[in-house]
Amino acid sequence: MHRCVCAALAVLSLVGASPTPGSAPPRSVPWKASRLDKPNEHVIFLQYGETEPALKLKETMPVEELNPTHYPARRAAAVAQHFLNARHGSPYKWFHVEQVQSATLEEIAGVGAKYHVVFSAKEGVCNQSVGLCTADVLFPEAGGDQTAPQVQCSCEGPLAINASAQEEAFYRRLRGSNSPVTGNNIPDSFGFIAPDMKPLWILAGVASSFVMLKESNENTLYNLAQVANVTQLESEDKQLKFQYHVLLHEMVSQEIIHWKLLVTWAPAGGVSVLHPERQPHCHDCVLPPATAPKERSDPE
Amino acid sequence: KNKSDHCVRKWKNHSDYCVLYSPHQITAWMEMVVKENPGVVSAEVYGRTFENKNITALKIGLNSTSSKKVIWMDCGIHAREWIAPAFCQWFVKEILRTYKSDERMHTILNNVDFYITPVLNMDGYMYSWQNESTRLWRKSRSAPPAGCNCNGTDLNRNFNANWGMIGVSKDCCSDIYCGSKVLSESEADAVTSFVQSMKERVLCFLTIHSHGQLILVPYGYPEIQRVCHPQMQVAQKASEAIKSVHGMEYTVGTPPMVLYPNSGSSRDWARLIGIPFSFTFELRDKGEFGFKLPEDQIQPTCEEAYEGARSIINYVHDKNFPVKGGSVAAATAAFWTTLLASCLTSATFL
Repeated sequence: MHRCVCAALAVLSLVGASPTPGSAPPRSVPWKASRLDKPNEHVIFLQYGETEPALKLKETMPVEELNPTHYPARRAAAVAQHFLNARHGSPYKWFHVEQVQSATLEEIAGVGAKYHVVFSAKEGVCNQSVGLCTADVLFPEAGGDQTAPQVQCSCEGPLAINASAQEEAFYRRLRGSNSPVTGNNIPDSFGFIAPDMKPLWILAGVASSFVMLKESNENTLYNLAQVANVTQLESEDKQLKFQYHVLLHEMVSQEIIHWKLLVTWAPAGGVSVLHPERQPHCHDCVLPPATAPKERSDPE
Repeated sequence: KNKSDHCVRKWKNHSDYCVLYSPHQITAWMEMVVKENPGVVSAEVYGRTFENKNITALKIGLNSTSSKKVIWMDCGIHAREWIAPAFCQWFVKEILRTYKSDERMHTILNNVDFYITPVLNMDGYMYSWQNESTRLWRKSRSAPPAGCNCNGTDLNRNFNANWGMIGVSKDCCSDIYCGSKVLSESEADAVTSFVQSMKERVLCFLTIHSHGQLILVPYGYPEIQRVCHPQMQVAQKASEAIKSVHGMEYTVGTPPMVLYPNSGSSRDWARLIGIPFSFTFELRDKGEFGFKLPEDQIQPTCEEAYEGARSIINYVHDKNFPVKGGSVAAATAAFWTTLLASCLTSATFL
């Protein structure tokens, strides 16, 4: 476990007691048709006590309070997480949603579904809370020009967590090295990540956030499953440059989706992702380069 | 690296429960557990996988000559969810380690037989162990249907519970392909036949998955949610028991609430045939490592999940075997009173 030498730039300002759920319990959001089945069909979802089905039609609904433990709020928070990572992530900074505190949904006719989410988050490398984050996540209506959600998000605590010492050291090590760094299968099958590969894994998570953000909708939940391989490339400027092949897991379809990404980063700037390319679905794929099966001695 | 006693102590020649076992190693371990616990553990082969491997449960109980009540647990229905078989192993190890000294566990084993299947989808599990490229396989390894080109069916969409209706794909290349027909898969069929044959005796059906940190309650397809659903309350108590170990939050709810709607799951089928308590455990984590949970999290994950499972097991056991006039009966009665009171006074729409 690498030692974390992190310092917050500003003092965390904590709010008082976390918001307690309202005494009037929120309704669940009526379930929407999975895009995998028949995207144009809506399922009737009967609310308890109602005699008429509540059909979701294209009309403006009032702002609806969502149950923070239910999936619509959690998926919206995940999108906000991808946004935070794309904006503020680095090989030593990776943000995760901890818990959704509250959420509302406003359906805006002709525009889309706007979620307002409040969630606690932390930065995972230094294990440092960033307090409560507030996000607006707008999923555009299907059939329009826009497909990617639009996000605004800010957090109480400092997002510009100072990991510069580690970032600088990592940057100098890779810039100065004679042989470009490569890696395969991070984590390995047993969840193990070699310490010198960890920043490359975190950078993959941050870079994948660009893709996950763009690909997200109300019927998806993305995570980085694995870095299939990463190769450091020569760079014309001062940025570090990598070719990544990543595997994303999409929870609702349970699919593993392959993406190739060209990623650049330097300590001063943020992460950039160039030429993201979704790879064709490969069912019984063998990914190059295949590694030999890991030898396991019998647990005696 | 410091590991606790549970990991390195050579308990009855078994040692490390904090590493992942290959398919071969799990089979060898099961044979060892049976051999070293005569009269308590027996192996029950109740079906064959597509590739003709045995599907084996460990039957664990005391004085099992009479027809006893049953608690069912299966792990590894999805190949890549490696922490699940590890938990089944841990669970077996714990009940065998404690029943002699723990009076409550001893009583439970007297009254109940556990049927624990460490790896239900052995074909898929073996495939996922082949190399890094196959690590994230989910389905069975059955041959594709005519007109389609990909192997495998999602076993947890193949059961006779609103099969093929929602949260599935009819494309055989999909990871949630529900099969060419209900119970097309021999693994799902084996569970169905075996559990059906003893269904009146089954108190509780637990199916173990990863990841997501959830306790899922029937049904996977949207329906009118009943208020005062006892399953929800029992699952909630299990979630609290889990949290008390290492502080991890496991969210409780039906899949359409907390995950996604789906049909054809084993949990739903078990509930449909009348098993009163049927739950899916989705173990650690919440996506950071996902299916590739590091081995150093095996122990804490198993410890908390064990407490969650015990909470449910204690409840269903005590409900069916109340101690006459004893503290257990009083506690059970108090639990029901509190449960009903909170149901009636709260306006919670489950």
